[in-house]
Amino acid sequence: MAKIEIQNLSKDFETPSGILHAVRNASLTVNDGEVVVIIGPSGSGKSTMLRCVNGLEKPTLGHILIDGIDTTDPSTDIRKIREEVGMVFQSFNLFPHLTVLDNITLSPVKVRKMDKKEAEELAISLLRRVGLEEKAKVHPTQLSGGQQQRVAIARALAMNPKAMLFDEPTSALDPEMIKEVLDVMLQLASDGMTMLLVTHEMGFARAAADKVVFMDKGEVIETGRPEEMFTSPKSPRTQDFLNHIL
Amino acid sequence: MNGNSIDEQIKAEALRQRVVSKDPNAPKAGQPTINMTDGVLIPKKGEKHVLTSWRLTFFGAIILSAVLIVLFPDPYRTIFVTCLRGLPVTFEVTVFSIIGAVIIGTFTGLGSVSKHRWINMICGVYVELIRGIPLLVQLIFIYYAVGSLFHVEGIIAAIFSLSVCFGAYMGEIVRAGIQAIPKGQMEAAIALGMSRSQAFRYIILPQTVKVILPAIGNEFISMLKDSSLVSVLSLEDILRCGRMYISRTFLSLETMLVVALIYLMITLILSRLVGLLEERLHKNG
Ligand SMILES: Nc1ncnc2c1ncn2[C@@H]1O[C@H](COP(=O)(O)OP(=O)(O)O)[C@@H](O)[C@H]1O
Ligand SMILES: [Mg+2]
Repeated sequence: MAKIEIQNLSKDFETPSGILHAVRNASLTVNDGEVVVIIGPSGSGKSTMLRCVNGLEKPTLGHILIDGIDTTDPSTDIRKIREEVGMVFQSFNLFPHLTVLDNITLSPVKVRKMDKKEAEELAISLLRRVGLEEKAKVHPTQLSGGQQQRVAIARALAMNPKAMLFDEPTSALDPEMIKEVLDVMLQLASDGMTMLLVTHEMGFARAAADKVVFMDKGEVIETGRPEEMFTSPKSPRTQDFLNHIL
Repeated sequence: MNGNSIDEQIKAEALRQRVVSKDPNAPKAGQPTINMTDGVLIPKKGEKHVLTSWRLTFFGAIILSAVLIVLFPDPYRTIFVTCLRGLPVTFEVTVFSIIGAVIIGTFTGLGSVSKHRWINMICGVYVELIRGIPLLVQLIFIYYAVGSLFHVEGIIAAIFSLSVCFGAYMGEIVRAGIQAIPKGQMEAAIALGMSRSQAFRYIILPQTVKVILPAIGNEFISMLKDSSLVSVLSLEDILRCGRMYISRTFLSLETMLVVALIYLMITLILSRLVGLLEERLHKNG
């Protein structure tokens, strides 16, 4: 398992209307086996921060350490980092031209050079874990949103990651499918996976999170244990946000 | 349902929108397709009027040909037989050139979306150059250039020229096809530890093929028509067979009518085939 340290991270985007500070001097630590939930209004830089962790975005300033290895160091092989940090997206991003089984086995086979048979056995066992064993041979378009997201989680797990990032994994789902995905995530958390997620499922945060981080306008405003954060937040901005969503 | 609960639903939905970020990489609804403005209309089941006009034209051409051959066997039967001798050359040039164009187009398309500045530039210049010069001029120029550098048969030089000319347009189709694939696909592949080239090979290109297949079908039809230009390179395709016949018999109008009918019928058959292919693709995806 792994430890993720985000130190004084800033990320600017150049837009036609000038420079946009998506993340400003944000720091947070996810210890080995911890579950950390990031909350905050839309556009507050949550996704950008998550994407910086596995190098989908290049940080403008600051450092990101995974198990003490600085991913922003030019000599670090960012691809090795990505192999070890799984990511689950809001829009699932399954590969529509491949079967569920091939979605899961592709990366282990092509990147990890795993034997095809071995990868398929691994895929089946992961599908069993997310309750979709019987869907191995179908294409993702034939699955419901909740099923697709569970396959996406299995696909990320097939690389045997040390940590997992989730970016609003249930936001694109119909309400009746949210639970099946959250159940898989809860199971993963109780198995001791290091998880950094953006979600507004407060039930999940209460049940599984060690820490909740509130972000607004690119800044980390407040960090705390879920029960403290939800009942007595220190910052008025956190209070205001929670009043709206709770 | 009472007013209160509707009110709450609206409030809940408004909050959901405030809190939930829009995923910028989410795929757009519906299947991406590339629309061509040039060339013949592709008749599909859904579009009644196109299909009707296709039928009218196609059966009109067949009936007219039959009438000419049956009622005026002299000279029309001979003209048909003579012109159809060019059919193998026309098809050969078309098929091999489209294969060449697809290969060149794939590299050009990949080059246009490449992260390397100078590769971008080379592909861009190639496309601009080809688009800015009349096809006939390019064809003759490349034909003579290839001919003076290498000792190759006329048909090889012709295929090479057409491939280079159509490769630029094909490159634009491939580029548009690649860009039609949702960005999330590349990101998911990268996040799984794949390199960019692995992502292209296993994720992006297989999906691009599906998106651009109809457009390639369209290019095939254009290629078949434009292959008539190789008749100036002394290749005996349909058009040249017709023109040679004219120089012997001076039956210009009659011969060109037959040449036109032959091209029209082939083109219409191909466009229907492309339409059927598109329908099948939609059913499977
Ligand atoms: N690739 C990008 N280019 C330009 N601006 C971006 C890009 N990605 C995100 N942004 C901007 O950065 C800000 C933070 O976005 P994001 O991290 O997606 O927020 P959140 O996930 O909290 O909703 C937003 O204003 C968004 O428009
Ligand atoms: Mg987001």
